[in-house]
Amino acid sequence: MNELTLREAADKLATKEISSVELTQACLDQIAKHNPTINAFVTVDAEKALAAAQAADARIAAGNGAPLTGIPIAHKDIFNTTDMRTTCSSRMLENFIPPFDATITTHLRQAGAVILGKTNLDEFAMGSSTETSYFGASRNPWDTQRTPGGSSGGSSAAIAANMAICATGTDTGGSIRQPASLTNLTGLKPTYGRCSRYGIIAFASSLDQAGPMTRTAEDAAMLLNVMVSYDPKDSTSIQSPAPDFTQALTGDVKGLKIGIAAEYFGDGLNDEVRAAIETAQQQYQAMGAELVPISLPNSGYAIPTYYIISPAECSSNLARYDGVKFGYRCEEPKDIRDLYFRSRSEGFGDEVKRRIMLGTYVLSSGYYDAYYRKAQQARRLIADEFKAAFEKVDLILTPTSPTTAFKFGEKDDPVQMYLSDIYTINVNLAGLPGISVPCGFDSKGLPIGMQLIGRPLDEETLLRSADAYQRQTDWHKRRVHLG
Amino acid sequence: MSIDPAYEMVIGLEVHAQMLTQSKIFCGCSTAFGAPANTQICPVCSGFPGVLPVLNKEAVNMAIKTGLAIEGEVRMQSEFSRKNYFYPDLPSGYQITQFELPIVEHGKVLIEDKDVPAKVVGITRIHMEVDAGKSIHEGVVGGTWVDLNRTGVPLMEIVSEPDMSTPEEAGAYLKKLRSIVRYLEVCDGNMEQGSFRCDANVSVRKKGDPKLGTRCELKNLNSIRNVMRAIELEAERHIDILEEGGSIVQETRLYDANLNETRSMRSKEDAHDYRYFPEPDLPLLVLSEQQIATVKATLPELPDAKRERFETAYGLSHYDASVLTTSRALSRYYETVVEQVKAGGQNDPKICANWVTVELLALLNKENKEIEQSPVSATNLAKMVVRILDNTISGKIAKEVFASMFESGSDPDTIIEEKGLKQITDSGAIEAAIDKVLALNSTQVEQYRGGQEKLFGFFIGQVMKATQGKANPAELNKLLKQKLGG
Repeated sequence: MNELTLREAADKLATKEISSVELTQACLDQIAKHNPTINAFVTVDAEKALAAAQAADARIAAGNGAPLTGIPIAHKDIFNTTDMRTTCSSRMLENFIPPFDATITTHLRQAGAVILGKTNLDEFAMGSSTETSYFGASRNPWDTQRTPGGSSGGSSAAIAANMAICATGTDTGGSIRQPASLTNLTGLKPTYGRCSRYGIIAFASSLDQAGPMTRTAEDAAMLLNVMVSYDPKDSTSIQSPAPDFTQALTGDVKGLKIGIAAEYFGDGLNDEVRAAIETAQQQYQAMGAELVPISLPNSGYAIPTYYIISPAECSSNLARYDGVKFGYRCEEPKDIRDLYFRSRSEGFGDEVKRRIMLGTYVLSSGYYDAYYRKAQQARRLIADEFKAAFEKVDLILTPTSPTTAFKFGEKDDPVQMYLSDIYTINVNLAGLPGISVPCGFDSKGLPIGMQLIGRPLDEETLLRSADAYQRQTDWHKRRVHLG
Repeated sequence: MSIDPAYEMVIGLEVHAQMLTQSKIFCGCSTAFGAPANTQICPVCSGFPGVLPVLNKEAVNMAIKTGLAIEGEVRMQSEFSRKNYFYPDLPSGYQITQFELPIVEHGKVLIEDKDVPAKVVGITRIHMEVDAGKSIHEGVVGGTWVDLNRTGVPLMEIVSEPDMSTPEEAGAYLKKLRSIVRYLEVCDGNMEQGSFRCDANVSVRKKGDPKLGTRCELKNLNSIRNVMRAIELEAERHIDILEEGGSIVQETRLYDANLNETRSMRSKEDAHDYRYFPEPDLPLLVLSEQQIATVKATLPELPDAKRERFETAYGLSHYDASVLTTSRALSRYYETVVEQVKAGGQNDPKICANWVTVELLALLNKENKEIEQSPVSATNLAKMVVRILDNTISGKIAKEVFASMFESGSDPDTIIEEKGLKQITDSGAIEAAIDKVLALNSTQVEQYRGGQEKLFGFFIGQVMKATQGKANPAELNKLLKQKLGG
């Protein structure tokens, strides 16, 4: 039952073939059994989940059910929840219970979704493997010696391990798409500003974007329907009508122009991944889409640009964790300087500290022009280049990750780790929507994902294309059986 | 005040004016002053994880209004930045302010005062920013308390060009700027409560030297008087150092009003690196011509324009007109008096001005009261002026009436009635009093008639005394002359 897609589960709930309590209990049982190994969840609240499930069943019985009513969902532990701690997988916020819900949390509660708990992530979403979590790494259910990707690795592992039907994630440089790719899920990063950031603990404000992590494109559309909203509490939120994204899923991609950029198929791309993507390209062709060669030469600047802008913003966003007001405070500080120094030294992990220092450096006077201002200019060039490309094509198809899931500790050089987001980071810099879709398995039996990138606010084309592909293939139907 | 005449001062001022918005600049919390600690805070202004700022349009309009009033250029696109530094009462670890692209640039303010010749002081920029909280050390043992009520209160930082060269000019500039923001009702201008704060940048140079000297920034200046004193002191300190062959260290200095000295707070070496960068949580602030036009339509008549009008329309002196236009409330009071005197069938704007500037302001100053707290209402003052003009009371008696009005707040007619202060205009009564006085002072009458005309004043005094000052002076004069001549 806990392997159902969101659509299947919603249909069965609506026809009362199953109850939300049964479904929720199945997920909770799976969590109880496998979370000790997988470590997908930081916090689970079975009691509250079951109470919510009961309420959902009552709502369905009363005929007031919505598509998400009664669906067990996991929230990345970066979404504020008033009834559950929100830790960002950091010692700094180990016991932090926010005084308000994130706007998205509120929307999902109102839709009747059942919150199972909060999922693990790289500390403050900084990482691509969930290894930087204060609560220990999450494991990839496809191979528990490997990472489930990151930073939304807890969410991807939770769904892949059949502990939840769907999950929320956030994507700053690929943190939804890369883990989706590494665990055989569909992960959508909407256009920047499409979903409210209010109540999501900030990493890099100009890049952070919430999105759905699901088993299928159709599920992503269903979840996105609830997540998308204009929010007056978020000044960067976009005021644009939100369509019913499930209506976009026509199965038809005839005449669609799909851009293929040579820059995304160069050195560093694993051969098996390359082969799977090329096969997917041919499948799209067979479905009536047209492949159009394009060039995105500025993509090469993405990683350095990202690793200037995102640490700069994080160094500022994380300044509030100083031991004064909430969260972790060191023991017996000598004076205020000692309080700041030790609280931050003891409360943050290495990767967070590394990025804070990087950000502090690139913003410091004398270096601002050389780094931050240059990076802003590069970011503009990257965005302009995409804009020009989208005058020729409707979407762009690339690999999501250069490799399949890697082993723990395999990328101990931070730069090696940063390169795992080489294909996804551009999309954040340009504020575009992107989706990762399962498209094969390598010889080790590890999932491969492809990425589709769309025009601003055109999540519909992405979902339609992903869904059409999933109607023709069954990669996304493969499940792990943990026993 | 004066310094060594071989030197001149170069003074620039930074004023932080707290805007009179109902709510804070990035959230809906109240900005009311004096509430119990931490009762006017929410997750947004106290910097909780996950919060985002939403700009208060009222604050933007107030900044535009101020920009227009000082003839500045209002930017169609301005930008917020983060200024990063650690301080316990700065909850998010950064202050949201405007840096590279402020909302207003290039304005000007005309200053003049009693001893300050008219001069234009340039305004470099006006930018919006949030206020921080307050650390409380007094009465706290083993720590510091933080009150975040003020966190997120909107401020305008008004930065002048270094165009002032005496403490008096600095004082006049502050008075004028305060008067402008009060006219606009964008700031209450209260320096003691900290809603109008000033830092001064001071340097000195040999007269005629085109090069600027090294400057020091003075902080903790909580009255115009202190600003002027601190500048004077600081300039003297600089000159002493230079005269002894030393050089000035660029630093931030604190003014201690009790000891009347400035002392070092921090030097340039340990100045913060604020790591400014554009605030990613706020889009560019884009204004429309429409919005600016709407704000422009709300601009009141400003002090300079009003002063000119007072001079021409009411025939007032430049000085009186500038005193009466220092505040909108005062000018409103004065104009009400003038209008009501007219309604009472008389017309004399100059007398009205005298009563307001000389008598009323003197008493208010003495009691440390603002015009809004005047016990004498404009209506009552107007009634009294009418009574002077229609000869019910003399100017001299009026002073007594006025003092009584100031004390009791009552109507002048009641006072005149109760105290029997009505002027005697009846010539018969005055004649009778004159006759009595002349009869009692026959020697003086003879002397007067013998050529000692100075004695005329003596007789006037005696009659006034006999009538308790109530005799109409003009009538008395006329009748006395007749009698003595006879």
